[in-house]
Amino acid sequence: MFYIYCPYCGEHREEEEFHPKGQAHIERPKEPEACSDEEWGNYLFFRDNPRGVHHEMWVHAVGCRKFFNMTRHTVSYEILETYKMGEQPSITADSQAKPREAAAVSQQEGVRA
Amino acid sequence: MQRYSGFGLVKHALSHHENWERQWRNPTPKKQYDVIIVGGGGHGLATAYYLAKEFGVKNVAVIEKGWLGGGNTARNTTIVRSNYLWDESAVLYEHAMKLWEGLSQDLNYNVMFSQRGVLNLGHTLQDMRDIQRRVNANRLNGIDGEVLDAKGVQALVPIMDCSKNARYPVMGASWQPRAGVARHDAVAWGYARGADAHGVDILQQTEVTGFKIRDGQIYGVHTNRGDIEAKTVGCVAAGNSSVLAKMGGFNLPLESHPLQALVSEPIKPILDTVVMSNQVHGYISQSDKGDLVIGAGIDGYNGYGQRGSYPTVEHTLQAIVEMFPIFSRVRMNRQWGGIVDTCPDACPIISKTPVKGLYFNCGWGTGGFKATPGSGHVFAASLAKGEMHPIAEPFSMFRFHSGALIDEHGAAGVAH
Ligand SMILES: Cc1cc2nc3c(=O)[nH]c(=O)nc-3n(C[C@H](O)[C@H](O)[C@H](O)COP(=O)(O)OP(=O)(O)OC[C@H]3O[C@@H](n4cnc5c(N)ncnc54)[C@H](O)[C@@H]3O)c2cc1C
Ligand SMILES: [Zn+2]
Repeated sequence: MFYIYCPYCGEHREEEEFHPKGQAHIERPKEPEACSDEEWGNYLFFRDNPRGVHHEMWVHAVGCRKFFNMTRHTVSYEILETYKMGEQPSITADSQAKPREAAAVSQQEGVRA
Repeated sequence: MQRYSGFGLVKHALSHHENWERQWRNPTPKKQYDVIIVGGGGHGLATAYYLAKEFGVKNVAVIEKGWLGGGNTARNTTIVRSNYLWDESAVLYEHAMKLWEGLSQDLNYNVMFSQRGVLNLGHTLQDMRDIQRRVNANRLNGIDGEVLDAKGVQALVPIMDCSKNARYPVMGASWQPRAGVARHDAVAWGYARGADAHGVDILQQTEVTGFKIRDGQIYGVHTNRGDIEAKTVGCVAAGNSSVLAKMGGFNLPLESHPLQALVSEPIKPILDTVVMSNQVHGYISQSDKGDLVIGAGIDGYNGYGQRGSYPTVEHTLQAIVEMFPIFSRVRMNRQWGGIVDTCPDACPIISKTPVKGLYFNCGWGTGGFKATPGSGHVFAASLAKGEMHPIAEPFSMFRFHSGALIDEHGAAGVAH
């Protein structure tokens, strides 16, 4: 169970109050009409989906109902930070080459695939 | 290969079953193969089997980082059906269904395919309209299906609460009698044994860590046991497909999510069919051992950790108890998660990629077990010929650029 800090409410709340909304920082093309099919398709459907540090959007669905961003590790599931819309992450894949929990988890039996 | 038979069983009983031949070898990797399959799940092993058996490509390796079937293949709830809405997917899943029907014989391995029928419940008027539409489409494609009303459902499953007092009353269902369940690990093992018998090298505990690409053409893979060369590489890595695609220098339209399942303590036979509900989101069957096999929904966040969250388990059990009040005191024995590769249109990707000679078979998400034989068969045909098999053709990854999506959210909605 995640215990998530909403940067707008300024409080930790339980996972069930929130919904994940996919990869963060995807910008809608300024001029959709000018996009090639490939650019438009990439914008709509193609995702980074990393095994490691991921920046993603969440919504505090049954709280303040605001969207915000989260940096989370997709193997250890550790939440590294949450931050407001429009802000940039302070933790990235490069700055976090190997978070300790992730290393521990991937060494466990059966946690390989 | 030592063939299995009733006679063999008796014969081996005399030596206390201590002299059975190993089901497959554990070879050292060769320097070079004609085809490398990355991923030793059901789909990868089936691909290798059909490559060697049907398409005459015998110099093949299956590279698996863990153990055979340790991915989603042996983590799923084993539901097999083919009642998908659109022609493209109906043809694909029905191709698999026909192969399922002869699979134990073909492999000389009991995959325990049991055609006990699958019910997809409808709880709203719109559900029932969609069910009618889907069943009509199925019949036009030669796939068996019936629309049942609540009485018909009750007659098939007496223990289900089909009364008007249920919180989400059952209004009816689609019913596919030929659908059912199979034993998932036997599928991986049966294909592995068959492929090995045709000369395929199965390399377990071998992880692909990169691709060897020159002038846009693949010519091998890097692994933790050294480099292995091949001009044709097929990746069948389910939840890890995006990671492999990155190694090839491109993205896929996939997200990896945890999907959970649980089994109860064994109880006496009580449920002889498979019940799925999209609306309250739960699905259930009973295994031959007697445990109830229950599938949950995905966790909405991306994850590679092979475990999901408790709220998801709780929602699933709420749905099951709502449908089957009689199960409210059954205790759950085990619970686990697999990493499913969900695709925006709920259909797989069986495709060439921007790298020549590199193919991907992925995006099966929550529902690829049922397709294992068909997926392996058409993928093998495509790898052998260098051209996509007509059944695979519509499932190109480039449909997300052309816009030719195949929206199966209706038929694939429940995570089964
Ligand atoms: C809980 C759950 C319930 C499900 N229920 C159903 C159901 O009822 N019916 C249904 O039809 N489907 C169901 N599914 C979906 C189904 O299990 C999958 O779609 C299907 O099994 C995928 O098979 P696969 O062979 O492609 O993948 P997998 O079995 O996951 O095999 C992929 C393999 O690739 C290996 N691999 C990954 N990366 C590398 C690498 N770099 N190097 C080497 N090897 C690598 C992995 O170790 C893994 O063994 C369910 C899934 C889950 C998780
Ligand atoms: Zn909030």
